[in-house]
Amino acid sequence: MCLAVPMRIQKILSADKALVGSKGLTVEADVSLLSNPALGDYVIIHAGYAIETLTGEDAEERIRMAAEVIGDEFAGGNPSDGDNSRHRSRRGTPD
Amino acid sequence: MSTGIGKATGELADSLVRGIREYTDKIQFEVPHREIVIMEVCGTHTVALRKHGIHSLLPPHISLVSGPGCPVCVTPSSYIGNAIDLLRKNDSVLIATFGDMAKVPDERGRTLAGEAGSGRVAVIYSPADLFGLCERSGREVVFLGIGFETTVPTIASMLKAARGAGIRNLSVYCCFKLVPPALKALLRDPACAVDALLLPGHVSAILGLGPYEFIRDLYRIPAVVAGFEGLDLLTAIYMLLRQLAGGTGFIENAYTRVVKEQGNLKAVAIMEEVFAPAESLWRGLGTIPLSGLSLKPEFSDFNAEARFGLPQLTHREPAGCGCFLVIQGRLKPLDCPLFGTRCTPDRPVGPCMVSSEGACAAWFYYGASAV
Repeated sequence: MCLAVPMRIQKILSADKALVGSKGLTVEADVSLLSNPALGDYVIIHAGYAIETLTGEDAEERIRMAAEVIGDEFAGGNPSDGDNSRHRSRRGTPD
Repeated sequence: MSTGIGKATGELADSLVRGIREYTDKIQFEVPHREIVIMEVCGTHTVALRKHGIHSLLPPHISLVSGPGCPVCVTPSSYIGNAIDLLRKNDSVLIATFGDMAKVPDERGRTLAGEAGSGRVAVIYSPADLFGLCERSGREVVFLGIGFETTVPTIASMLKAARGAGIRNLSVYCCFKLVPPALKALLRDPACAVDALLLPGHVSAILGLGPYEFIRDLYRIPAVVAGFEGLDLLTAIYMLLRQLAGGTGFIENAYTRVVKEQGNLKAVAIMEEVFAPAESLWRGLGTIPLSGLSLKPEFSDFNAEARFGLPQLTHREPAGCGCFLVIQGRLKPLDCPLFGTRCTPDRPVGPCMVSSEGACAAWFYYGASAV
């Protein structure tokens, strides 16, 4: 039930409504849960509501994330020994 | 997906799988034959892992187990029974529900789908559909309010709009659940043998990372927020293994394109404007303090329990059904004696075989290997 799909805002209809589309499909979505929905934004749609704005195009961001995480190991070398201090998505301290 | 993106995805997936294997070898070298148990908390992850065949890419010592993250699966059986009893007793009532819930049997084997002949059961896609339903039907529309933090803000927003529009023939039968209190209950249990957590992506889009800090502070096990595509899942599992191999246990986010550190503050504010935390009964986990939500007094006129005097929830497992163990990661669907024989998606006994994101249905549809 937490299924949600990325779509792009094609038209702002009102303060709470927008047309969003993906792969030729266009639907009306409620954007009342977003702070500043704007034309062209990629958003995540769950049960007809936009629940968050994506930082960029979905597939490109996915690849960027994986490449960033694997970092030096991308070319196929040995993984490091648990050192991920360069990784920006980390929260808190490892110990 | 363009060829360039497909090629990059394939190469990255290869590297991630290689990294996962090498980290696993390192862990195995230190503790030979150690089984590494990773729980995917979210039911949508359960399906995505099976659908993408991720389990088939992992070393045999890594075991993926399901958690309590399928709303239909953790809803007590009497909830459906109460809704059916209400429908039969009160001709003015129309039950509106998300699709999965309509197929779950109650304690007497009845389903809402079986009541469809009454013309008073409506399956909706979005809470926003309730406005038209209330207007068209003219009936007392009772919405079955289940779901986690992903779904609750959409219902809170709908209720605010319903209030603004002066809709009076709508109420919500609240059985919402909150993920962090369930994780606390799960991890606190000495029988819990989970080494690492794949944290839900869209619940975290709402909550952010803060509510998970107790995992690091109290249990020091790796926990990574994951997206739902194959590459997302491999990235997150790689990060979990990297932590395990390094002997660390903290919160990381592998779904940064959607999940912000602080979450969606506006969605949380709307949720908190309409709902307050309340004790809740979970299938499998029992009653957990502050793990559910009730309507705040300002919105109590939308409370279906009060409006129709619905009985208190209870739960009884169907005979032989292992769902209560499956959602705690203690039983793999394949090990349930009913799996694929007495219990199938066409004739489900328990909710994990009913729900589109139930662990048993995912294993049934996408391959029931033992991993």
